[in-house]
Amino acid sequence: MKKLYILLLALCFANFSYAQQTPADKQSQAISIEGATAHLGNGEVIENALIMFENGKLTFVGSANAKIARKGTVIDAKGKHVYPGFIAPNSTLGLVEVDAVRASDDDDEVGTMNPHVRSIIAYNTESKVVESMRPNGVLMAQITPRGGRISGTSSIVQLDAWNWEDAVIKQDDGIHLNWPRTYSRGRWWLGEPNVLKENKDYAKEVEELNHFFAQSKAYLASNKSPKNLPFEALQGLTEGSKKLFIHVDNEKGITDAINFANTQNIKNIVIVGGYEANNVSDLLKQHNIPVLLQRVHSRPNGDDHDYDLPYKLATQLVNSGVLVGLENAGDMERMNTRNLPFLAGTTVAYGLSKEQALSLITLNTAKILGIDNTVGSLEVGKDATLFISEGDALDMRTNKLSKAYIQGRDISLETHQTELYKRYSAKYKQ
Amino acid sequence: MIKKWAILSLLLCSYFSFAQEYVPKNDGVKTNTSNYTAFTNAKIYVTPNQIIDNGTLLIKDGKVVSSGSAVSIPKNAVIIDVSGKTIYPSFIDIYTDFGIKKPSTPSGNSRSPQYDASREGYYWNDHIRPDQNAVDHFEFDSKKAEELRKAGFGVVTSHIDDGIIQGTGMLVTLAPEGSDATRLLDEKVGQFSGTSKSKTSRQAYPTSLMGTMALLRQVNHDAEWYAKGNIKEKDRALEAYLANKNVVQFFDAGKKVNALRFDKIGDQFGIQYVFVGGGDEYELINDIKATNATFILPLDFPDAYDMEDPLLAQSVSLEDLRAWNQSPSNPKVFADNNIPFALTTHQLKGAKELMPNLLKAIEYGLDKTKALEALTIVPASIIGKSSELGHLKSGAHANFLITSGDIFDKETTIYQNWITGVKDEIKPMHTKDIRGHYTFNLDNTNYNLEISGDEDKLKSKVKTEDKEYGSKLSYKDDWMQLTFATADSTKQEFIRVVSNIKDSNNLNGKAIYPNGTEVTFFATKQIKEEKEDVKKKDKKEDETPKIYPVTYPNMAYGMTTLPQQETLLFKNVTVWTNEKEGILENTDVLIKNGKIAKIGTNLTDGNAKVIDGKGKHLTSGIIDEHSHIATESVNEAGHNSTAEVTIEDVLDAEDVDIYRNLAGGVTSIQILHGSANPIGGRSAIIKLKWGEKAENLVYNNSPKFIKFALGENVKQSNWGDNARTRFPQTRMGVEQVFTDYFQRAKEYDALKKSGKPYRKDLELEVIAEILNKERFVSCHSYVQSEINMLMKVAEKYNFNINTFTHILEGYKVADKMVQHGVGGSTFSDWWAYKYEVNDAIPFNAPIMHNAGVLVAINSDDAEMSRRLNQEAAKSVKYGDISEEDAWKFVTLNPAKLLHIDDRVGSIKVGKDADVVLWSDHPLSIYAKAEKTIIEGKVYFDLERDAQLREAIKKEKNELTMLMLQAKNKGLKTKPIEKKEKELLHCDSIDHQF
Repeated sequence: MKKLYILLLALCFANFSYAQQTPADKQSQAISIEGATAHLGNGEVIENALIMFENGKLTFVGSANAKIARKGTVIDAKGKHVYPGFIAPNSTLGLVEVDAVRASDDDDEVGTMNPHVRSIIAYNTESKVVESMRPNGVLMAQITPRGGRISGTSSIVQLDAWNWEDAVIKQDDGIHLNWPRTYSRGRWWLGEPNVLKENKDYAKEVEELNHFFAQSKAYLASNKSPKNLPFEALQGLTEGSKKLFIHVDNEKGITDAINFANTQNIKNIVIVGGYEANNVSDLLKQHNIPVLLQRVHSRPNGDDHDYDLPYKLATQLVNSGVLVGLENAGDMERMNTRNLPFLAGTTVAYGLSKEQALSLITLNTAKILGIDNTVGSLEVGKDATLFISEGDALDMRTNKLSKAYIQGRDISLETHQTELYKRYSAKYKQ
Repeated sequence: MIKKWAILSLLLCSYFSFAQEYVPKNDGVKTNTSNYTAFTNAKIYVTPNQIIDNGTLLIKDGKVVSSGSAVSIPKNAVIIDVSGKTIYPSFIDIYTDFGIKKPSTPSGNSRSPQYDASREGYYWNDHIRPDQNAVDHFEFDSKKAEELRKAGFGVVTSHIDDGIIQGTGMLVTLAPEGSDATRLLDEKVGQFSGTSKSKTSRQAYPTSLMGTMALLRQVNHDAEWYAKGNIKEKDRALEAYLANKNVVQFFDAGKKVNALRFDKIGDQFGIQYVFVGGGDEYELINDIKATNATFILPLDFPDAYDMEDPLLAQSVSLEDLRAWNQSPSNPKVFADNNIPFALTTHQLKGAKELMPNLLKAIEYGLDKTKALEALTIVPASIIGKSSELGHLKSGAHANFLITSGDIFDKETTIYQNWITGVKDEIKPMHTKDIRGHYTFNLDNTNYNLEISGDEDKLKSKVKTEDKEYGSKLSYKDDWMQLTFATADSTKQEFIRVVSNIKDSNNLNGKAIYPNGTEVTFFATKQIKEEKEDVKKKDKKEDETPKIYPVTYPNMAYGMTTLPQQETLLFKNVTVWTNEKEGILENTDVLIKNGKIAKIGTNLTDGNAKVIDGKGKHLTSGIIDEHSHIATESVNEAGHNSTAEVTIEDVLDAEDVDIYRNLAGGVTSIQILHGSANPIGGRSAIIKLKWGEKAENLVYNNSPKFIKFALGENVKQSNWGDNARTRFPQTRMGVEQVFTDYFQRAKEYDALKKSGKPYRKDLELEVIAEILNKERFVSCHSYVQSEINMLMKVAEKYNFNINTFTHILEGYKVADKMVQHGVGGSTFSDWWAYKYEVNDAIPFNAPIMHNAGVLVAINSDDAEMSRRLNQEAAKSVKYGDISEEDAWKFVTLNPAKLLHIDDRVGSIKVGKDADVVLWSDHPLSIYAKAEKTIIEGKVYFDLERDAQLREAIKKEKNELTMLMLQAKNKGLKTKPIEKKEKELLHCDSIDHQF
């Protein structure tokens, strides 16, 4: 009986108490990784590379043939691959734990114009879903609220921290705007046909946005009294210190969104989604607007569309010179975010080179989010946020991490799931 | 005019005295007459095929006495000369709800589902309403009747369009005078059924099309059982159903596939339905013909889309563009195939839309005689009234139209619609047509007068050589009044003309000047030459429009001809045999007669098409154990057990996801019922033979499967606060549901085997098959406790669960699963979407596999199913499974789980040639399926796909142009619509229900 009790206790412990791996300590000594193939994230590959980092920063990235002293712990990584940590933009990681459990759901606030709502304070570093990203190389994410016309303000975090404050890479990096839909669905439950029809309120909804932004501009130029929280939150869009992420898929919407941003003097906008972005690639290039492209692993939007359209969108956009990153919003998006590398891998089968594909989840995303001065590629001076994989990390067969570092910290690759794996594997070996 | 009224009142009187001679009369004396009415000098369509050029129609007492060229007219006949006019039998619409109020939804605030029937003493399901009789709900709708009469209709059948079985219809005339007593021709002309539930009840079952089909079968079994006196209680619905057996059975199919589906049910119970079509029957016309059914076709041809905004227009699918182009040919295709059909105003916005649409069908090739038959003798014969309706032979009801000419000509006017001898004047008949160009002289000025427009809404233009004068013209009862301005427009003075028309070539009368002076007015009609031009132009438009060819399915990526079996020789390819030979490099594979014929090196075959496989991989096709594509329904959620339903009933062979799955290397799938209830419905195991009709997709001698489910979905945890009443609400209850049904099925089966009489219960029949090990169970499951529970319940009833699907905590009870002998078909890495998947881990498949469980990886998702090769590869990542074993997770293992591994699942001589040629290592993320082959037929080919894309683009462009032209011509257009197929999962509920 006592034994059983202990076993039960152990079970509970394993199930719930190990909610998250303990965050790693600060890097205390230098680390040198030698002999691996280094994929820098900027398109370059170094075979037989030497990578060194100290105090959380990369100090050397080059050939192992270089006559230079190896510092600190030397890791022999011959035959292995080193990558910069992958970045998941437009993510709700840590905002919802279990989709069906309302109590665990913190991603969508009441209201339409919520720029003042900030995701960062709800980001749960203890999330079991968050820790499950790391064994696949996803080490950073932009935590983004959902819903409404303006969902709120996102922040960018790294995925190994005691609390949200420690997790921050860039706080309040951008505002997220869901562009009005040009289509609306028939109310089938009232007997209307279940089809998409032109949204008659589209122009009105766009006008509401213009009104809101114009009002906020006037407010921000005034003595700001009485205080208006939503308007306050838009501070920085004109100056460019904050980005405006416009979630929009279709050609008309993207075009209107760009015009809107110009009218409202918004300096940096990013198109998120972009199913039809390829149709307006010239416009995007002309205005230097990047795209965080919708989930690669999705179905075409129409029966007539090429079966592989979502797979090859990235190739089309990249080839026409647009800066592209990959995002993963949609059904079961949180747990699925760990498949980000495989979204990139799929674009290779449909036209990109492996290094181009890698950029879609590393340096390009860092540039789009405005964090490329510290992360996104393996370059001297940047954060040592990287990992070692047994093989090609964009292919699931070979995406097997042996080591991962965030800002030089040697993070745990264990998770709730690996604990269970070990426990039950052991059970059957008895 | 007075004369006309006299005739009319005479007729009415005679009619009434005939119909109601015993009615007391207190407002005068009885005025019985036995007069005849004769219509002379008409072109008479006695039937659509019997036409008399100059004949007489003689009627009396509401009936045709005789019709023909040599009719002797009795002395007591009123003669109406209708020379130059044409007489047709009035039209019949046998599918209306004329005079029946739309049933209303019950009020009440309760949002929790209702499981029991609202009615007492009737069938257990409220949606079965054979006891309803339209005649009990009928109220003559004068406005609707007028509308129908104007469109040419004389009689209609009317029924209550509500419920699955809707009860009987009635036959009623649309006569403008009289009462229901005279109009009602028959109070029971057929029983009506359809696919929608009754609006008068909120009873949940059925929530799906497959539930509707199962229910209809069960009703038939129950009626037989009731007829034998085996049911003690009174069931007025079943009694009515039995009583209605001998009338015509109508079924509102609404689309081609439903006609095929319900025809099968009809065949099972000796019912030949008359189907109301959906307009898309031309797409599968051979199968439609094979039903041997007569059809009632609506004419609601789609309008063109307004394609002017290219950004919006690109959303319209090729399928919808084609429907616009092709569907007006539907009646013609019926006629060409000798399938009998009637026409109906059903689905039209109003009866007046009948003729324009019918003219369109004629423009698209429908023969005019066939069109007339479809409005007269065919509907009459369907309802068994051939002797009295639909024609003008002696003895028929005097229901006829008097028209200006060919009824199927745009210019033709219907003057009168006589119904049972009662005249309805639609447009004045004897008015002379004064339209044309005239000249006249007044006050030494030569004027031109042009009269044009509709006969009852004439327009005038008064001109001199250099000037046009404002004018207004009215014309009624052969009197014309014309007012036009004088030359000095500042004065606002008018000249008025009045003329009593004697012949339509001259206008004689007087003109009155502004000062009151009256002068004689005389205008002569000019014969103009320009008519020729108009005719020529008309002719051009008369040409049959271009109709685009139908493909299979009739949408993007459809096939013009179905793929043929080929002899194919793959050379020097890497072959993943899934057999003891393992992975063979540089090997040849010969495919012949749909089978894998040879595997080896240096193979040759004179007839084979050789495919260079260098650097490529050949595998057996991917098999998805858990799919919800290619089906119209996923769940029947109305009961906690629905073993009576089957996905095979509702396959959707036109789901583009079939094609997309082929492009992902998938060849076979099990389409499972959803997880809305512990005992779900039966599966369909199909091959993805894109282009074939539904029944050809299903495996021959398909193994029988049923879906079970456990956990949150069946206890309705995530269905909201209203779903708190259905048993079970806990995992404890789930066990009891199974035990209860197994026990009942066991007792049922014992009774059945005993030879004693028993009530056939479709649900228990299926569950008994499980107990008898004739049907396998695939059970949706998540947590270990319930997995263990179901194995124990099954063991108690002496059978095995075949597969646990999803089985995300299978790794916790893998040893027990091995012991029980059940396989696991799981997701590679899904978790965290529900509370019960908190402990789901991507190592599940590897742990189960290593413990000895037969493991498959499934999709449950139309998107993921096209990348199952990648999902299998995740087992290499997460659990270090060998690549060969990982590949079997999506091929051989699911084949074994589905008991089809004797046919598919590996590359082995003699097995079906269901193979995929991959551009790369099939587990690699960089691999693409280049060819997907089923039984030696290439259903997906990367090169052909490229060609199809081009063809789709071209055809869409052409059809877009045609639509733009249609708009330019002034035809009606509708706003852009985009249909988006929903992604169906385990918990999807049919939308239409």
